[in-house]
Amino acid sequence: MALAQAKQDATEARVASLTVPRGGWSEPARQDALSRLQAMGLPHGRDEYWKYTRPDSLNSVEVPAARVLEHGEPPVFGTRDRLKIVFIDGVFDAEASDDLELEGVHIDRLAVAQDIHWAKDLYGHLEAAGQKPVPRPLAALNTAFATDGVLIHVTGRPSKPISLIYRHKSETSDAILHNVVKVDAGAEATILENGPAAARFNKCMEIDIADTGTLHHVRMQGRDHERRAVSHMFSRLGRESTYKSFTLTVNGVLTRNEQIVELTGDDAVAHVAGACLGDGDFTHDDTVFITHDAVNCESRQVFKKVLRNGATGVFQGKILVKEGAQKTDGYQISQSLLLDEDSQFLAKPELEIYADDVACSHGSTSGAIDDDSLFYLRARGVPRGEAEDLMTIAFIAEAVQEIEDETLQEEVVERVSGWLHRRRG
Amino acid sequence: MLEIKNLHVKLEEEDKAILKGVDLTVDAGKVHAIMGPNGSGKSTLSYVLSGRDGYEVTDGSAELLGEDILDMEPEERAAAGLFLAFQYPVEIPGVGNMTFLRTAVNAQRKARGEEEMSSADFLKLIRAKAKELKIDADMLKRPVNVGFSGGEKKRNEILQMAMLEPKMCILDETDSGLDVDAMRLVADGVNALRNAGRGFLVITHYQRLLDHIKPDVVHIMADGRIIKTGGPELALEVEKNGYEGLKEEMA
Ligand SMILES: Nc1ncnc2c1ncn2[C@@H]1O[C@H](COP(=O)(O)OP(=O)(O)OP(=O)(O)O)[C@@H](O)[C@H]1O
Ligand SMILES: [Mg+2]
Repeated sequence: MALAQAKQDATEARVASLTVPRGGWSEPARQDALSRLQAMGLPHGRDEYWKYTRPDSLNSVEVPAARVLEHGEPPVFGTRDRLKIVFIDGVFDAEASDDLELEGVHIDRLAVAQDIHWAKDLYGHLEAAGQKPVPRPLAALNTAFATDGVLIHVTGRPSKPISLIYRHKSETSDAILHNVVKVDAGAEATILENGPAAARFNKCMEIDIADTGTLHHVRMQGRDHERRAVSHMFSRLGRESTYKSFTLTVNGVLTRNEQIVELTGDDAVAHVAGACLGDGDFTHDDTVFITHDAVNCESRQVFKKVLRNGATGVFQGKILVKEGAQKTDGYQISQSLLLDEDSQFLAKPELEIYADDVACSHGSTSGAIDDDSLFYLRARGVPRGEAEDLMTIAFIAEAVQEIEDETLQEEVVERVSGWLHRRRG
Repeated sequence: MLEIKNLHVKLEEEDKAILKGVDLTVDAGKVHAIMGPNGSGKSTLSYVLSGRDGYEVTDGSAELLGEDILDMEPEERAAAGLFLAFQYPVEIPGVGNMTFLRTAVNAQRKARGEEEMSSADFLKLIRAKAKELKIDADMLKRPVNVGFSGGEKKRNEILQMAMLEPKMCILDETDSGLDVDAMRLVADGVNALRNAGRGFLVITHYQRLLDHIKPDVVHIMADGRIIKTGGPELALEVEKNGYEGLKEEMA
């Protein structure tokens, strides 16, 4: 019982250090999440789901300090017209944000949204549903204690992306933000997220996409070396709807990104992808759970990790095909490019299938840069470092190509090139 | 241009000698052909000259324009003007042909202290050269050699050579796998580059290529050595009598 006690102690200590925001429409959901959290307890290194990534620093009352990158984050998504919503260490910055008015979408802030709000039906609901069959206590903690976030109701086709910018200014900030996104039938929007957010960031996003709706999500997690982040994206997809999410992670001492996708309507499409670049003290964990609960749906998971100097990459990906989810097309690939022998990649791909007419494939590989290709490039005059960069960018290309918008793809590649370039000094 | 003296090479990982004293000098403006049986060391010679890992030079030297190249990195040799058209061009998924070539052209220029080529100039040039080699514009957009047919890969090598304008070109069996028309295109590509300042070393098994690219000198390599050197007539002799006849003659 030592483990249960340890979990309980950690959970009680953390809960005692936080306050559930009182009053308002979200309180019942928050209280519900709190009791669920207390029942399941915070994650522990001995939990199966946390075997590869130590959760301690995500649980602790004290926030491990994280220095703020001296020159600030380089601007990303900077060239495009977008609606900017800025949080600094988890606190909304009205000054830096745009007016939240945009045709085809209603945007509110969680902290100030009026009583009866459409989000009431979603806030904490997708999160609660996503707790089965695997508990995700840090998401329940988020629902209970989130201080702010955005509520995005997409009713049409907004002309520009909604851009959530998370700045980091305090070395000990602990931000908990919860976003809710509802996409109406036939509506389509793009959400961009970028920035390190805080010394420690716990972010939740619940996404409900109605029949024939589409949501694109592109995220670039900030490159402050010591920051920690855990994020949960819960999505529920209706008939013929589309959800495409891509995340680029560079640096950050610890990142755990969970994607919990439920395909509930026939002919829905979900693509979740990610690329990460880690050097040294870096652990990056992609944990994905995709449930096919309808006919003829397609899901793709494409995750690429570039690791050096002892960096660690983790991938836990599952495709669950429920009974009756015929004609499921599920694809999953997780690969790492290990730039030295000190780095490691731990992968746990899983398939669980209860329908007979499905096509699911999964694969996981770890490898170094191909010598023959490297020589070919160098023989044409490309210096070793540059050749390795080209190969690295080629390695992550399959993940980047999951982004539909080509200029966004280019911005991601540019960001990666910059990172690689700085590594070489 | 290229001066190889008494070159001995063994495999790095095992005690196997492959080149056993190669002497070869290619002057500027000349085309030399190397023929020889499978496994005689022709590709090894081209790899050692271009700096591939896995080989150890145990004796001898190789100079390009008076500079010792054996201690240079592969990219330095390329910038110094050496080019190898690979016997087996490598497929590189994810790296676009265009990006690759532009990076290569500009890296070489930079290494030589020259100005980089602008995107516009590069595009214009590559389009013109690709057209001469009947390489589809679409192929340029694809990843390096991925999904190219054997012949397309070889033409792509020649396109790279035309773009990089090296001083010393080594072609390792660029003719193998080419149909008659493609062979003519490749030969035309090579001939277009022939000039007083450029040397060629053409490795081939067939006289057919040498009908189109007329060599000045022909060498026969066997068991890691040049066993015979002559004029274009030597290639005809090989075609007629095979290597066995030659070897007997030498013995
Ligand atoms: N990396 C290597 N490891 C093991 N053996 C090698 C290696 N490289 C070359 N060899 C051996 O060295 C010899 C020469 O090979 P090479 O490829 O140079 O021959 P070649 O003359 O180009 O032949 P071909 O006409 O078939 O292309 C062969 O016996 C080959 O097996
Ligand atoms: Mg050969």
